[in-house]
Amino acid sequence: MIRFEGVTKTYNNIGGLRDVDIHIAKGDFVFLVGPSGAGKTTFIKLITKELNPESGKIFVDGKDITHLSNRKIPQLRRSIGIVFQDFSLLPDKTVYENVAFAMEILRVAPRTIRRQVPAVLSLVGLSDKANKRPSELSAGEQQRVAIARAFVNTPSLIVADEPTGNLDPDTAWEIMELLSLINRRGTTILMVTHAKDIVDKMGKRVVTIEAGSVVRDEGEGVYGANV
Amino acid sequence: MFRAITYAVKEAFQQIGANKGRFVVCLLTITAMLLILGFVFIIIVNVGMVTEEAKTQFDTIQIYMLETPDESLSEEEAAKAMEGLTEDIMTILAAVPEVKEVEFISKDQAMTEFKVKWGDNAYLLEGLPENPLPNSVRVKVHQLEDADLIAEMAADFEGVEDIKYYQSTVQQILHITDFIKKGALIVVAVLIVISIVVVVGTVRLAVEASKREIRIMKFIGATNWFVRGPFLVQGILIGFFAAILSCAVMGVIYQKLTELLAQTAFLMFSVNLVPVPFLVENFLIIFAALGISVGAVGSIISMRRFLKA
Repeated sequence: MIRFEGVTKTYNNIGGLRDVDIHIAKGDFVFLVGPSGAGKTTFIKLITKELNPESGKIFVDGKDITHLSNRKIPQLRRSIGIVFQDFSLLPDKTVYENVAFAMEILRVAPRTIRRQVPAVLSLVGLSDKANKRPSELSAGEQQRVAIARAFVNTPSLIVADEPTGNLDPDTAWEIMELLSLINRRGTTILMVTHAKDIVDKMGKRVVTIEAGSVVRDEGEGVYGANV
Repeated sequence: MFRAITYAVKEAFQQIGANKGRFVVCLLTITAMLLILGFVFIIIVNVGMVTEEAKTQFDTIQIYMLETPDESLSEEEAAKAMEGLTEDIMTILAAVPEVKEVEFISKDQAMTEFKVKWGDNAYLLEGLPENPLPNSVRVKVHQLEDADLIAEMAADFEGVEDIKYYQSTVQQILHITDFIKKGALIVVAVLIVISIVVVVGTVRLAVEASKREIRIMKFIGATNWFVRGPFLVQGILIGFFAAILSCAVMGVIYQKLTELLAQTAFLMFSVNLVPVPFLVENFLIIFAALGISVGAVGSIISMRRFLKA
């Protein structure tokens, strides 16, 4: 699903990533952990093409995206669902509209939107909140909306950047269960996190980045004790 | 494609609805610009008409003949002598390569022309006891610049009373009209630039207010054109409504103006002015094209910064 081959991206030789090789298979659930400033965000921005690598090659879903023209970036982003720590919901739109928005952008037929959005809202357990605005929801519910939006176009990859960072432990677990559910349906999930307990309990693959390099990559790993 | 357009229009109206004041201010500014532009256009068009008129009217040299070459001759003899002299002049001038056309205008003909020119006021001429106009020879030249040469030649002929031609007048007119046209074009250019700047300012505020939306749209995978759509439509709407508004105002003002000119002594002016319906129709097209382009260009410029990857 994602393959980095000797990828380097620094900011004037400071921070970023240096010569990173990584392969994430289709259907994987991968935690990306490491201290702040280690290069996790750079990693995600390279996948979503917000940044371009200095050297090396990047493949997403079998396609070489190392050099992608500006015109083709939207195409790439449509195949990736993105979930942020701050939810990034549109405050003036209802829950339903926020999710539908992701489909409208792809110019999906209104009929399909009317069928698909309630289905996804039901999946994340928010059917009864469809007409509420984000400000009327709890943090956990807002993140569910964000996940619904990321998933509504059934992408093959969901990238979650500290999705539980603003949530209390119980709510965080609900979000993790939701992500697991989506993962079981075949969507690859790459999740950046600092939540040690979550990583340890999930028993999924853990990639640890420190100072721009992959220092550990374990199949059923735990959050490194020294981090 | 169709869905993207309906989305853009819907979204644009929503944004306009949320910021009516800003929209109206920009609309009025562009309307004012278009109005000024319109009057500048009217000046250009009318000046153009005057110039054309001047060129056709004044490329002639009028050579007025005496009643008689010699006071001692009887009326009949005089007429005969003058006929001969006139014929000579015409033959000589017709052979000059710079001359396009030589025509004899009898005093009766001259009077008829005069009456036509005076139109409704021609009755004033009825009271004349006898035709005071002289016979004349009308010479047309190929180029206005040669008029001097012909006039000098004609002055030496026998039997010529007076020579009238308008080269210097025409050249002055041409000079002035040219100046007016150039000045007007500069004004037009400046106004267009100002209009674009105003639209850029307005749309940029709208873009600034939707920065978060734009970022979210971008990471969901919206194309730049999709993000631009609503703002582009806003710009176009501003231009379009400004065009209609300014056309209406323009039509009313121009109508009043022509009426006013027709009522007063400036008969000659009102004859030369472009008719109202023709003007409004054409201005609607020009204004709409201009307004929409200004709006579209303005919004595209104002979004450039926000759409970089």
